[in-house]
Amino acid sequence: MATKDRIAGAALALFALFVLEESRKLPLGSLREPGPSFVPVLLAALLLIFGTCIAASGGQSEGFRSLRWRELPHAVAILGACGFSAWALERLGYRITVLIVVFLLVKLVEKKSWLATTLVALALSFGSFYLFYTLLRVPLPLGPWGI
Amino acid sequence: MLDTLQNLYLGFTVALAPNVFLYAVVGCVIGTLVGVLPGVGPLAGISLLLPASFGMDATSAIVLLAGIYYGAMYGGSTTSILMRIPGEAASVMTCIDGYAMTRNGRAGPALAIAAVGSYIAGTVSVVALMLLAPPLANFALRFGPPEYCALLLLGLLALAYMSGGSIVKALAMAALGLLLGMIGIDPMTGFFRFAYGVVELGDGIGVVPVAVGLFGLSEILLTAGEEAPPEVKKPRLADLLPSRQEWRDSVWPIGRGTVLGFLIGIVPGSAHIISSFVSYAVERRVSKHPERFGHGAIEGVAGPESANNSATSGAFVPMLALGVPSGPIPAVMLAALMVHGVSPGPLLIQQQPKLFWGFIASMYVGNVVLLILNLPLVGVFVNILRVPYHFLYPAILIFCVLGVYAVNGSVVDVWIMIAMGALGYILRKLDFETAPIVLGVVLAPMLEMSFRQSLAMSSGNYTIFFSRPIAASMLAAGACLLLLSLLPLLRRGADWRGALGLAASDEKEGPHET
Repeated sequence: MATKDRIAGAALALFALFVLEESRKLPLGSLREPGPSFVPVLLAALLLIFGTCIAASGGQSEGFRSLRWRELPHAVAILGACGFSAWALERLGYRITVLIVVFLLVKLVEKKSWLATTLVALALSFGSFYLFYTLLRVPLPLGPWGI
Repeated sequence: MLDTLQNLYLGFTVALAPNVFLYAVVGCVIGTLVGVLPGVGPLAGISLLLPASFGMDATSAIVLLAGIYYGAMYGGSTTSILMRIPGEAASVMTCIDGYAMTRNGRAGPALAIAAVGSYIAGTVSVVALMLLAPPLANFALRFGPPEYCALLLLGLLALAYMSGGSIVKALAMAALGLLLGMIGIDPMTGFFRFAYGVVELGDGIGVVPVAVGLFGLSEILLTAGEEAPPEVKKPRLADLLPSRQEWRDSVWPIGRGTVLGFLIGIVPGSAHIISSFVSYAVERRVSKHPERFGHGAIEGVAGPESANNSATSGAFVPMLALGVPSGPIPAVMLAALMVHGVSPGPLLIQQQPKLFWGFIASMYVGNVVLLILNLPLVGVFVNILRVPYHFLYPAILIFCVLGVYAVNGSVVDVWIMIAMGALGYILRKLDFETAPIVLGVVLAPMLEMSFRQSLAMSSGNYTIFFSRPIAASMLAAGACLLLLSLLPLLRRGADWRGALGLAASDEKEGPHET
């Protein structure tokens, strides 16, 4: 049966195999004189062993299908908003990016009123910019027209 | 002893002079603010204000910068406890039980114990700094690459051994963290490893994006979509102070955290981070009820918070006594002293008694200032929880992005945080602990460097790890832990850890599992 531990163990083992494959591009060195891929190979081998152990002994753990993913659509939306902020931060500047991200989350995801959304977005965007950029001198990206 | 008291009196006359006292207070206030705001850690805070200290005299400058340092350590616990966002890596362990206490309506006591524990640890470790600086610094000097390598291995094994869930899962997470820490330029040969053409990955993956992603972002992903938003019990005024039982439960963890933090603090490296991990592991190990950890055990807040503050004072030992910085923050402070023409080292105490003892006395003063500043603010901070969650989580998210970006001014760090957030979300759904990943990322560069330096020292002879007494003792201790962890295989399923009070129970971090 596909249990949580079996899936997780198999994923870890697969990741370890991927690292081992990628490490072949780098010199391994020798036992006496380890090269740049020596320690990664060692760690990937350990991860492979641990992953296999977890998968092998994971028959008794909770079934993977019993996991509830009710929050998944919300989580994907939040990750999307984060991805947008990473893409837009240096293109649109901090204030416009925050304004859009907060609008996306509060209005579209949480479905709050226009007034509440506008107030929260403006306060967060301009308030945090003033605190960090103006008062604390943290360098934050400016967008078009210096906004 | 009489000489020490006379010197301390001299120090207090310096520290209580109005201008020096003012700088201590200003440093503490700025430090607390820096610690409360996620992402702006003590290093960034000190670096930003370093140029401002050039116009001051040397004593005022070092007092101001030290105030920021331990103020940030105090303040860093606030976001960890209230929002599960570690302001910096040293606060990671506070997130686990501190945030669980918040979910149980005990945010006030968690913040109060963190402040009191930090005060006690800070004050006691200053006394230790005063009395033990020279001999302890000499001991720390005996640590070469083999000893560091053994110490780091022992730390990882101890954390895995003492973790609440399956030891194999904890070791797998530590290995995953160590692998993530391998990304970047190999310091010995200059090869780019696993960077895939992303230049920003040359310096490796930062601890802040990993910690904020695994803890802060994954928490938002798990809770924001719940039909009923996370129920955070709003504390009443009477609930802000710890109960008698909570005080009793915190006494020994604060004591142990203080001693551990100070001893680990004098060892060069990311001492204040490691000290909080070790303290949490020790508290869980010695507790009569280890199953409470992860569900809001106050010992899990008191120990690590005391340890990371105590390590702050410990870090000053090699800096003042030997002129050797034990990490990036003491290094910046050392630079500040050198700008003023002061050379820290064995002769500092004789040549600059006013500066040395004034600095020591200002740390006592700073700790009192921080306690006075932080305890009344507990009520103010706790009020953040009254903001409805659908408005609070976008704000937390913005602070996560801002804090991570501000560290290096790099969007790549934001992408790393997002990837770590998604990874943390999946791992927590699958009942894996994420703290060992953070420790792995912190230790990986040091572990690899010390391992390869040791082999370079011995021309590839592995006996160097066993022929040096300190390294050999630590490796022997690590081997014992490993053997103990293999016993269940020999006993065919007998849960020996259950007998030791460390049963692989259903305890996990995070509210969704509680």
